[in-house]
Amino acid sequence: MTSEYWSVADTARRIAAGETTALAVTEATLARIAIVDGTLGAYLALDGDGARAQAAEIDRLRASNAALPPLAGVPIALKDVLVTRGLATTAGSKILEGWIPPYDAHVVERLRAAGAVVIGKVNCDEFAMGSSTENSAYKPTRNPWNLTRVPGGSSGGSSAAVAAGLCAASLGTDTGGSIRQPAAFCGVVGLKPTYGRVSRWGVVAFASSLDQVGPLTRNVGDAALVLQAIAGFDPRDSTSLDAPVPAFADALTGDVAGLRIGLPQEFFEAMDEDVRVAVSSAVAALVERGAVTVDLSLPHTKLALPAYYLVAPAEASSNLARFDGVRYGQRAAATDLADMYARTRGAGFGPEVKRRIMLGTYALRAGHYDAFYKKAQQIRTLIKRDFDKAFRYCDVILTPTTPTVAFPFGAKANPVDMYLADVFTLSCNLAGLPGLSVPCGLSGDGLPIGAQLLGKPLDEATLLRAGGVIEGAVGLGERRPTGLATLVPSPRPARITKPGHAAPGGDL
Amino acid sequence: MSEPRALPALLEEWEPVIGLEVHVQLATQSKIFSPSSTEFGAPPNSLTDPLVLGLPGTLPSFNQAVLQHALKLGVATSSQIRAKSRFARKHYFYPDLPKGYQISQFDEPLCENGHLDVIIGGGLKRVKLQRIHLEEDAGKTTHVGQTSHVDLNRAGVPLVEVVTAPEIGSAAEAGEFMRSLHRLVRWLEISEADMEKGQLRCDANVSVRLRGEDRLGTRAELKNINSFRFVEHAIEHEIVRQIRILESGGRIIRETRLWDADRGQSAPMRSKEEANDYRYLPDPDLPPLVVDGQIMGTILRTLPELPSVRFDRYQKLHGISPDDARTLVSERALADYFDAAVAAHPSERGGRMIANWMLTELLGALHASATPVARSPVAPATLAALVVLVENGTISGKIGKDVFEESYRTGDAPAAIIERRGLQQISDTGALWEIINRVVGANPKQAEAYTVGGKDGLFGFFVGQVMKETQGRANPVITSDLLHKRLGR
Repeated sequence: MTSEYWSVADTARRIAAGETTALAVTEATLARIAIVDGTLGAYLALDGDGARAQAAEIDRLRASNAALPPLAGVPIALKDVLVTRGLATTAGSKILEGWIPPYDAHVVERLRAAGAVVIGKVNCDEFAMGSSTENSAYKPTRNPWNLTRVPGGSSGGSSAAVAAGLCAASLGTDTGGSIRQPAAFCGVVGLKPTYGRVSRWGVVAFASSLDQVGPLTRNVGDAALVLQAIAGFDPRDSTSLDAPVPAFADALTGDVAGLRIGLPQEFFEAMDEDVRVAVSSAVAALVERGAVTVDLSLPHTKLALPAYYLVAPAEASSNLARFDGVRYGQRAAATDLADMYARTRGAGFGPEVKRRIMLGTYALRAGHYDAFYKKAQQIRTLIKRDFDKAFRYCDVILTPTTPTVAFPFGAKANPVDMYLADVFTLSCNLAGLPGLSVPCGLSGDGLPIGAQLLGKPLDEATLLRAGGVIEGAVGLGERRPTGLATLVPSPRPARITKPGHAAPGGDL
Repeated sequence: MSEPRALPALLEEWEPVIGLEVHVQLATQSKIFSPSSTEFGAPPNSLTDPLVLGLPGTLPSFNQAVLQHALKLGVATSSQIRAKSRFARKHYFYPDLPKGYQISQFDEPLCENGHLDVIIGGGLKRVKLQRIHLEEDAGKTTHVGQTSHVDLNRAGVPLVEVVTAPEIGSAAEAGEFMRSLHRLVRWLEISEADMEKGQLRCDANVSVRLRGEDRLGTRAELKNINSFRFVEHAIEHEIVRQIRILESGGRIIRETRLWDADRGQSAPMRSKEEANDYRYLPDPDLPPLVVDGQIMGTILRTLPELPSVRFDRYQKLHGISPDDARTLVSERALADYFDAAVAAHPSERGGRMIANWMLTELLGALHASATPVARSPVAPATLAALVVLVENGTISGKIGKDVFEESYRTGDAPAAIIERRGLQQISDTGALWEIINRVVGANPKQAEAYTVGGKDGLFGFFVGQVMKETQGRANPVITSDLLHKRLGR
């Protein structure tokens, strides 16, 4: 059976129709992971037994002729910052090694209720801090299109697993582009919902005012289906929005006649030529179907990066204070209390996490609050106003997701170079807007390129509608990752339920 | 070297300046940001949940009952209430602080610029409150030898922190402030405020300066003061300590000192140089705390008359002594009882008598049977009726005490008891004259000894005999008058 590239919709339909069983799909997925993932490195932990049990339950349900939930039997991977009951959750960090959570994240509860089969947890940059998944404390994840390239980050395990057919869909989190950028790098669809659209209950926090959970899928329709399952008000998250959730799949009408596409000049200044060409083809596809373009300016865009690198580290330094070795995770041997904190955190956190904790701690020092955090929040307001104004003239904004295609491992050794890779995706988080990355072509060397659509608050539907049109016109179609074609089946099986420990390979 | 001067002498020259930071646990069912119970004395770490444990991925949800409680205190202290206040994270590392930060309020607290009218002697002293803000309690760490134990049952219990202006002038005043605040929060039914259970905790900022000086001296912060008595002891001790240092040419160090009640002294805990930088951050997980008209309306409508107001009213309107007035307002149920009894009394003037009866007979009986005033078997109207029967001479005060005792025991109305037992006072002069005649006739020797022999002490003997004849019902005034007439002097 070759179910690996079935869409979410297709998988659910085939299981419901009795063409296959949930268990068969689960076994096929696990089998493919066993062959491919030793090289790819997407999964940190597999829940084979749990997945089989869930699948068997779906099959029993179908046998009893009961109505099946919308994602019944669909194999799904979860970024390892999503808390899963009974299944190790590390957030890509050594400090949480061995922690088995006693509860499920809201999105995990919702996916299970929708019938999805949780296959396992996928790799990410430590605490979602990074843009290449190179900051994972456990192992690198490779880009299925070219194994010498990064899959993007921080949701790199999510994007690689979806692109390589190691699940039908995955969930990632996006704090400054961490869903959209890896989606673009791996040629999949990535949707960051409006801030508050999806509950953050059970999401290991990086920057609370920016974090949002969203789907990574192989097509726009699937993104709509998965978003449908996870969106909606949750009283456990006080920032969750109590707003109606539309039927997202209904948005995929293909009709963009009269849709006003905003093209902000600040996002078209510096990028690879291949990216410029591909994004232009996405614009052209929309225009060809009746959309109109609007040239506009988002004048405070250049301030997004510095503002982000104050707000995100400040909140991170606070959110990561709880990792002290007292109640869970790793604790270093120590002589006294202060020593325990220093050694536990010194050994448990990687260099990028430490860098951001230090940045954030510095920014929040007494007497510096006004100059840093408060100023950054004021910039956020200006950026929001830019968007509010822009959306008076357009319905959706289109930009490249990233200025370049996936880069080689080690290419961004300077942290600031890495930060600059997110320059197009940050403003969306600062403004709390929804953003979608949809593939719009390949570069000359065969790497995927993403177009980013930014929408009005709670208007994911319009993003999906425009994204569907781009996908139909200039998407990757049936083109599959080329890196895997040359892949020799690995004798090394993926580790079951326990995270792997492979060090980043120098042979990449 | 001369003998060190005692505090009263020192205070002629030196002026203490005291500010208090008081933490009050609010008596809600569940914690401020999660559903765990707040009960006291449960087995260690039994009242926890993923949020209390600070597990990754957990988020706080504000318990609205906390807001109601805090607003009652805000309104009762005439504070300005912020329509939108903010929670902020206060960071420090300690094992009993699971998240590595305490959710508190910083630059946008719920209440500011209020005041508390403190009952001192027969009057009220107004102490300004800089702010009242909401926060979560931390857990509790106990050190046993080389091991430390952390109990997170207390973590997340709602607190208000009440911060006074630095304008309390003595240890005694600080003690009275604490008693008044204790009375008020119990009165408002927002806290049990049991200091032994840590439901009311006090830190004191103490400095001294020469009288007439405008500038404040360097202050020390005293922590761990956990009884009303210790508040006074600790502050008094600190005042003397600082004056002695200054008089011997020394300098006060700005530091935090821990009060050791067993040794009756304080020791430095940390100096300002070591003080934490709390790195306050508006909590991104919590939206602004909104106080709308609806909730304020409810609070304002249901706020009871305050103890300080009643303390004043009882003295001015009913002529009750300051001590008695303070006792009456010591507990809201007692003051409510008093007001209900006064309302049931037909005259405006019944207050003083009712207070006397309450503070002697009623409190004595309640105390003896360990009954709370709210469950008194003698209802306020019943007590008022009894007072009326004494006032109008139906029974004597002495009989009244018996009637009260029986009413307390049986729940019967005083009039019914008097009727049943025939206890009405005899004020009929004809009837009393007959009884007196009989008594004097039966005791001729004593009568002669009194009238002729001048033995004044025997007058009491005759009163006693009349009372004996009447089972105490004879009107004592009339009896005395008639006896003088009958005995001829």
